[in-house]
Amino acid sequence: MSAEEYKAGDQNLTERTEPEENTFETTELTISMGPQHPATHGVLRLVLDLDGENVVKCTPYVGYLHRGVEKLGENRTYFAALPLTDRLDYISSMNNNVGYVNAVEKLFGIEAPERAKFIRTIVAEMGRISSHIIWLGTHVLDIGATTPFLHAMAQRERILDLFEMLCGARLTVSYPRVGGVRNDISQEFLDALYEFVLEFPSNMDNYETLVTENRIWKDRTVGIGVISAEEAVNWGLTGGTLRGSGVDYDIRKYAPYDAYDKIEFDVPVGKAGDCYDRYMVRVGELRQANRIIKQCIEKLPAGPVMAEAPKLTLPPKDMILKDMEHLIHQFILITKGPSIAEGEVYVATEVPKGELGFYFVSDGTGKPYRMRVRAPSFVHASVLPRLCKGALIADVIANIGTIDIVLGECDR
Amino acid sequence: MEALLIAEKLRERFPEEVLDIKEFRGQISVTVNKDKILNIFRYLHDDPDLFFDYLVDVCGADYLGKKEKRFEVVYHLYSIKHRHALRVKAEVAADKPSIDSVVGIWAGANWHEREAYDMYGIVFNGHPDLRRILLPEDWEGYPLRKDYPVKGPEKEWPGFLDVLDKAKKYREFEWHG
Repeated sequence: MSAEEYKAGDQNLTERTEPEENTFETTELTISMGPQHPATHGVLRLVLDLDGENVVKCTPYVGYLHRGVEKLGENRTYFAALPLTDRLDYISSMNNNVGYVNAVEKLFGIEAPERAKFIRTIVAEMGRISSHIIWLGTHVLDIGATTPFLHAMAQRERILDLFEMLCGARLTVSYPRVGGVRNDISQEFLDALYEFVLEFPSNMDNYETLVTENRIWKDRTVGIGVISAEEAVNWGLTGGTLRGSGVDYDIRKYAPYDAYDKIEFDVPVGKAGDCYDRYMVRVGELRQANRIIKQCIEKLPAGPVMAEAPKLTLPPKDMILKDMEHLIHQFILITKGPSIAEGEVYVATEVPKGELGFYFVSDGTGKPYRMRVRAPSFVHASVLPRLCKGALIADVIANIGTIDIVLGECDR
Repeated sequence: MEALLIAEKLRERFPEEVLDIKEFRGQISVTVNKDKILNIFRYLHDDPDLFFDYLVDVCGADYLGKKEKRFEVVYHLYSIKHRHALRVKAEVAADKPSIDSVVGIWAGANWHEREAYDMYGIVFNGHPDLRRILLPEDWEGYPLRKDYPVKGPEKEWPGFLDVLDKAKKYREFEWHG
């Protein structure tokens, strides 16, 4: 049975009606959900005003993980702030790095070489697979299915192993650099990645067998957390959360960066704007990410991986040991930072959660005068009261899962 | 539409309000007067040729000692239909900084404005729920201001002692079951 048929036939199962007329006296109950709650994906606290099972009002409290990334970034050089971005959305740190270096490169007015752009595209899509797959596992686990979570974690482990092979780190990678990437990728890595890419579609088929047509899964997600396209745009939603409502806004297509304009891929779009459509969109994105990696590996050009801009990018380590000029540049860049033009830029990239934007104001010194992180999770968490109003408590869990938030990024 | 054309169009429509148009790396910033900010945004949002339906971001900025008016509120706008972007900046003076809230136009501005209030102390008039968001509600000072120290204020957060007291009290609890 397809999704449309199911929706047409079983409307009465999923439709949420107003609470029935009270037959006995009840009072509204206020409960605090979180911050220590396994389904809140971190430290999110919701205060729920309940009328029986129905949520009358939902008030999110965030900030438990606030570390002042913006203030810290304003007191570090552009190069030294890169590891801070690892800790924003810590399950797809590679994408944050790529977003950060793209923004800094725009501010500096330099461009990474072609090979570095392809490598960044590859690692960003690996990060997307890793993030989406952990989203899939945890979202389904919250709603009650344990098996897909175990399979998903096994797949994610393979991605992390590949990251380790690439740069030595598994979670907080800091692999991309301003002007390119840290090191070139080896043939061994490419072979292992290609093997993963070839196997991935059949693994996806396995997950979909477990989840997509599952009766319980559909009961819990079809028609839940519905948000229309206009409203979703008005709330500033991005990424899969927006595309589930039928808006094809994807920065990789709208304002291509790195190698996305040289790669063919589709943007999956939903229709109904409910949890189920958002699930279908992200599953589609997983397959597309795999397609992008495959094309990138096949088209990977030869050449350097760092831009030729000695006063704006960190020199390679072996040259520092051999050459006086490089040593001087390294010393100046690390202690004082680069000297760049005064101005301001806002650069956004498509991370797994949505639009991650960096807004820099430069006053000509080596440190950003203002560094602003536009975090998709922050915006998505703000829409929770709208999604949860009138829903059941059980749907609150589905709604938290479907907007795909990571509190490290939300609180910054 | 080209961002520069949009900026010119905005200047034609609001000649008194638009103070400055700047370009850097192909991005356009328009500095406007804060008094009629709602009219400007209503126009940018509703005009069919501009149609900025998506408010990307709202943030504050502190130009202590650098500019005549200390604060700036920076709005990043995008039109998904027309695929163009614009940055609008409103200058806010240091004395009791306040500006009109745009939550009525873009619902997504809600938390961004709360964050700007939390970090810079800029008050958004007409905001439905202006509270601190990332910091505790009894926090003193506004951390992203330039005169706020990086390594924290002189004294400890007062709530911290309460937490320590409570922890001590709970440790002393004995089970008489």
